[in-house]
Amino acid sequence: MSKEIISQKMRDAIGVKSQPVSYPVERWHVKRFAEAIGDDNPLYYDSGFAKQHGYKDSVVSPTFLRCMVPEPLPIDPKEETGLDRVLDGGSDWEYFEPVYPGNTITVTSEFKDMNVKQGRMGEMFIGQVITRYSNAEGDTVATQTSTRILY
Amino acid sequence: MPVYWEDVQEGTEIPPITKNCSTQQLVMYAGSSLDFYQIHYDKDFALNNNLPGVIIHGALKNAWLGQLVTNWAGPGAKLRKLSVQYRGMDLTDEDLTLAGSVSRKYEMDGKHLVECNIWMENSKGEKTTPGAATVELPTK
Repeated sequence: MSKEIISQKMRDAIGVKSQPVSYPVERWHVKRFAEAIGDDNPLYYDSGFAKQHGYKDSVVSPTFLRCMVPEPLPIDPKEETGLDRVLDGGSDWEYFEPVYPGNTITVTSEFKDMNVKQGRMGEMFIGQVITRYSNAEGDTVATQTSTRILY
Repeated sequence: MPVYWEDVQEGTEIPPITKNCSTQQLVMYAGSSLDFYQIHYDKDFALNNNLPGVIIHGALKNAWLGQLVTNWAGPGAKLRKLSVQYRGMDLTDEDLTLAGSVSRKYEMDGKHLVECNIWMENSKGEKTTPGAATVELPTK
């Protein structure tokens, strides 16, 4: 297995973070996002229903935070590896606190790990990025570890 | 009907849900998630990238697997973890099935939890999108 497509600069990038960026959670957006998925769960739009189940208001659906796109990392794996086709390999979410309309969510990504694998279409670069989402109180509400494949 | 922790065993099946995704739904998802990669709505672009046609966003399949688990567990449950791997591409206008079962049941720090294996399969029965979820269930 060749590791040549991972430069020293890439290797040194483990642990680097994106600039934080903040987004307000808009009620209409939470509802539209659930509609796009085809998920009619009233928890995502009916405040009264959500309150009956212990929430302070309606909440966001499990992958809504995906809309809150982090700023780019200071290193671009596409540029560094010379591989320009991208595939989303998957996501691993962990949830800690509910997210409500009106919350302001601050998003920061961190370059976590990387690997090279031999795929059907040649060498593939597999990078893992952890994105942390926090609320105005500074609590981490969720994390998403995503896998990006370049080939 | 809510699912209570006491009523669930290892092997308990999550009732499957089916999806058949139109290109319109892909555009709705692209617009609401701000993912404008053309392979999800521009057929010519997709074909020029050696794809068989426009393909479903991985993140939309992730959302569906979240829907599978949260709709089964009910509004009193709390989703703690959700993971998915995109192993295969999925196309529009095809019957897709989301399903899963409980793989582990346990208590931790006073919480009543279950882990589930979940997946989406295409009309040929291929599991294109396996995953896992951890859910805190209500007790009686």
